Amino acid sequence: MALSVALKHRLGAFSLDLSFDVPNGVTALFGRSGAGKTSVINAVAGLITPRAGRICIQNQVVFDHAAGINVPAHKRGVGYVFQDARLFPHLSVAGNLSYAVKFGRAVADDALHHRIVDMLGLGHLMSRRPAGLSGGEKQRVAIARALLSSPRVLLMDEPLAALDGARKSEILPYLETLRDELDLPILYVSHAVSEIARLADQVVVIQDGQVVANDTTEAVFADADLAPSLGLRDAGAVMTGRVMAHDPDGLTHLSAAGGHMYLPQIQAPIGATVRLRILAQDVTLMRDAPQNISALNIVAGTILAVRRGDGPGAIVTLQCGPDRILARVTGRSVDAMGLQVGMPCYAVVKSVSVSPNEVGQH
Amino acid sequence: MLGETEWMAVTLSVQVSLWATVISLPVAIGVAYVLARRDFRGHAVLNALVHAPLVLPPVVTGYLLLLLFSRNGPAGQVLQDWFGVTLAFRWTGAVLAAAIMAFPLMVRAIRLGFEAVDPKLEQAAKTLGAGPLVVFGTVTLPLIFPGILAGVVLAFAKAMGEFGATITFVSNIPGQTQTIPSAIYSAMQVPGQEPVAMTLVLISAGIAVGALIVSEILARRMQRRLAA
Repeated sequence: MALSVALKHRLGAFSLDLSFDVPNGVTALFGRSGAGKTSVINAVAGLITPRAGRICIQNQVVFDHAAGINVPAHKRGVGYVFQDARLFPHLSVAGNLSYAVKFGRAVADDALHHRIVDMLGLGHLMSRRPAGLSGGEKQRVAIARALLSSPRVLLMDEPLAALDGARKSEILPYLETLRDELDLPILYVSHAVSEIARLADQVVVIQDGQVVANDTTEAVFADADLAPSLGLRDAGAVMTGRVMAHDPDGLTHLSAAGGHMYLPQIQAPIGATVRLRILAQDVTLMRDAPQNISALNIVAGTILAVRRGDGPGAIVTLQCGPDRILARVTGRSVDAMGLQVGMPCYAVVKSVSVSPNEVGQH
Repeated sequence: MLGETEWMAVTLSVQVSLWATVISLPVAIGVAYVLARRDFRGHAVLNALVHAPLVLPPVVTGYLLLLLFSRNGPAGQVLQDWFGVTLAFRWTGAVLAAAIMAFPLMVRAIRLGFEAVDPKLEQAAKTLGAGPLVVFGTVTLPLIFPGILAGVVLAFAKAMGEFGATITFVSNIPGQTQTIPSAIYSAMQVPGQEPVAMTLVLISAGIAVGALIVSEILARRMQRRLAA
């Protein structure tokens, strides 16, 4: 395993006691604000010392309380992208990027340097000082700086949290490129469900200091029991679709969820896979095959589970081919329609968000 | 207008102040770091000790130096026997007196510099693979440079003007331990020497203002680099 973490740590009123493994690809560490996510990656980076536990990076033990091992932060080979960029104000962008080569562990590699500068679009910023950069530019420099430190694992602590919506969408494509082009385990801390749905291959959910779920992104998002942890408004299925055709009327034909979906022109070649996210609140359920309806995306499935919440709401899980779709409905509708496990049902999907996803990542 | 002994006082003052500044700088950086960053028992005691020369009457500091470093004093004996160094009534003693009097000012300025550096930047440097000393040299020091500069200028100016502790510890021997302030004092004791005193006053003020201007220019340049 690229990274394995087991630790106990006291954090003010509550304590962390968790363990999980991180494979290659992006693993999201999800939890509410104050759930101790940052403490976990600070412990991995060696910036704090947990009370107990064991941390291995690429099969090297960097922390083992019982064995008295505690490798100092600068020898752990961990790249860290902080929420607040933390660029060195006395150095230019170029100076920040070459810091790890000049003063740290990294070996000079011009090819990699150029590739990363290109990938993050930093060529025209090299002589600038951090103080003159926008928030999004700072964060891109911070990401490049971490990547150029020859990391064995990359830690990202809510790298988009300090940015506004426009800047977020400026950085997200870079992160997707990173995920798809670099063979590097990335532990991505976030409490933004939409970012995780878009980026993560694997999701570790922590709550009250413990791991409550650790599975593929699709499985975690398809689990109705986890919907309250993710936040009901953000709950919804994540699945992979394949681009079948670009129809002349501007719609793209996708194969997903055991059926077909039609979405407004998607910028992806035929045959490419894309990641689809269908929010539970954007799904309407019908028992009979709907006719004469304006909605194009109607998926047939079988009810797998009905989970009633504390309030008037309920989440229905629908198995559609290999994928699962969540629908957020009211308990009253469940009763009125007589929805039961095993019953065939149709999901009318009102909205789908799409992000690129490289083949071979799953 | 100035006699040979007065010119010697001017060069001696500059020499004493430069040495006092250079010698106390590394110690001041160390002490400022400890005071700004470390929490330990005795923190308050160290802080009080560093600031003592600032609040004690200079004559008292000079007297204590004489007690410690005179030929029969405990520290003076050790220096004499082991290294053959005498401080009392020598220009080297003037360096020690000036350094000690200027030390609190230097530490205060540098400590403010340390407190202004965000430790998160040092953490970031660590995660890039830089060890503690390298982080200090490549991140912390450059960022506290304005503080160091301010400390150096303050200390130099203070050393140039040091009078009470110096005259108590090393006396006022023309050509040997007589600095500008003691030369001014001497000139004022003799009728008709007012022009000499005034010239020395102008020289002293000129050196101090010059140092201030140079430091200001350097600080601005530094500030511009950080801001732009």
